[in-house]
Amino acid sequence: MPTPTEPGLARPAPAPVPPAPRRRGPRRGNTFHFWLFTGPFLLGLAVFVYVPIGWSVYLSFFEARFTVTPEKFIGLDNYRHMLTNDDFVGSLGTFTVFAAFIVPTTWALSLALALLVHRLRFMRAFFRSVFFLPTACSYVAAALIWKMSLFSGVRFGLMNTVLGWFGVENVAWLADPDPPWYWLVIVTARLWLQAGFYMILFLAALQNIPGELYEAAAIDGARPGPQTFRHITLPQLRATSAAVVLLLLVAAYQAFDEFYNLLDKTTWGRPPLVELYLKALGENQDYGAGSAGAVILTALICLVTLFQGRLMGFGRGEGTK
Amino acid sequence: MTTTAPETRKTPGRPLPRRTRRGRGVMSSTGLYVATGVAALLFLVPFYVLVRNALSTDAQITGEDWTFFPTDVQWGNVTAPFDDSRVPFARSLWNSTVVAVLHTVGVLLVCSLAGYGLARIPYRHADKVFYLVLGTLMVPTAVTFVPSFVLVSSLGWVDSYRGLIVPGLFSGFTCFLFRQYFLGFPRELEEAARVDGLGHWGAYWRVVVPNSLNFFAAIATITFINGWNSFLWPLVIGQDPGAWTVQVALSSYTTGQTVVFHQIFMATAISIVPLLFVFLFLQRWLVQGIAQTGIKG
Repeated sequence: MPTPTEPGLARPAPAPVPPAPRRRGPRRGNTFHFWLFTGPFLLGLAVFVYVPIGWSVYLSFFEARFTVTPEKFIGLDNYRHMLTNDDFVGSLGTFTVFAAFIVPTTWALSLALALLVHRLRFMRAFFRSVFFLPTACSYVAAALIWKMSLFSGVRFGLMNTVLGWFGVENVAWLADPDPPWYWLVIVTARLWLQAGFYMILFLAALQNIPGELYEAAAIDGARPGPQTFRHITLPQLRATSAAVVLLLLVAAYQAFDEFYNLLDKTTWGRPPLVELYLKALGENQDYGAGSAGAVILTALICLVTLFQGRLMGFGRGEGTK
Repeated sequence: MTTTAPETRKTPGRPLPRRTRRGRGVMSSTGLYVATGVAALLFLVPFYVLVRNALSTDAQITGEDWTFFPTDVQWGNVTAPFDDSRVPFARSLWNSTVVAVLHTVGVLLVCSLAGYGLARIPYRHADKVFYLVLGTLMVPTAVTFVPSFVLVSSLGWVDSYRGLIVPGLFSGFTCFLFRQYFLGFPRELEEAARVDGLGHWGAYWRVVVPNSLNFFAAIATITFINGWNSFLWPLVIGQDPGAWTVQVALSSYTTGQTVVFHQIFMATAISIVPLLFVFLFLQRWLVQGIAQTGIKG
């Protein structure tokens, strides 16, 4: 549409005058405009992302309790303290268990939901909305519903009520680490919250699989169902699957809200961020050790991301440079 | 996929697979809806429990037998969270609204400008700048909450809107998403704007943004939901109850000495309602945005 107006606008203007400022304008203007557009963001990034990271690395080498301008340099003592601290190392173990539960189950459930919704011929939007709806809830809200009703340890909790119909005794879901039923509570809450989100990703990917592949398979005698799923659908979803697993892993690494709200006052089931929170902002306000912990966690997640990126074939562009 | 079946039937020698497939189709379509329906019911159980408890008396909630739904619906419960003097619930709702709205506006403004600059304005060192942005993607913001808190508290921003909002505006990921989007924006439109005498700035506001409203709406929806639901940072910054967001207020109910069930569930329900509205009205953009950004990102 705008193209026809070009000649009309260009013609009335006297020829020699405009080109001079215009040619100089953009060239000088490019650098200026680049900073005009990116400047505010970069300034904020420097102040609120890079400075804290740098400061954190600095603090991690000092004895910094109740202060952020420490004077006593203690070298690697904070790191030694964190790496030999049972709570901190234990929190890494907690994360590992958590990731081992949540990543495969979310992957499988969201893929299963996507496959179901994808095959629906009517009421598709309705069911998609139902599965997607929990995405609107916060982890805090879900934790409250789970803790106060669904998995409440007393007998009026929904799970205990249902179990009661079958004559099963009340289970103290969260208050007793042995057997560790709290994992069931934590994992189901997060599953409910995030399965719909990843279902959307899988649905988009399913829609992109060319139909000819299934036609060709049908001509070759492949039966629709497990056979085409294994040999067509799954391989076609490889890129999405890899992305989903990476996103899930990073999200699990940052888990805080539901652990904090479901398991307050307990000494078990503390993931790294909860441990850090208690360390740095708890009674001791040990910023030095807390910062050392943050540096260790950051290093670990960089390693995991890079490793998985390599494994799954991401970042190939960066690798070749 | 099922519509393609008749074409394969042209080969006369294969009546058998056709028939079995049609048979399977009828069988599995019932099974499909049963499976989907059961899964949907399970997904709705938490919402059912939430609404049931929010509209019951505590006696009904803790009663011996499970009442499916209170016969005498307690609409009066709606005011319960607001009447509790220990938790400033109304204040926290207001704080959340301010924070989520300003967070969304700020993120859209700052990150979209930067994304456009990185994608479309030629500059010698643009690559290096882009790597600075990419580098922050490796460090999840949640992990750096300790140093961020240290910084914000030394600025004296604890318990303030500035402290709640400003540090979260500079999202490397959102900037990255905008850059990817603008890379695919049709160049012809901008060139037309250039010919009409607009510079980068004018072209951006008059041509690029008005033609990208779908993408902006998608990012806005996701950002708003995240802003409303975020917990760790408001928990760290909101030390005084007057600065609590609604998530922090909800969380404080679990640590209180006395537990008033209907109040807790009503407060939770109220905290979800605004998002359900956002969700129902903007779902199209949300789904589209996730499908676009999730895969590209």
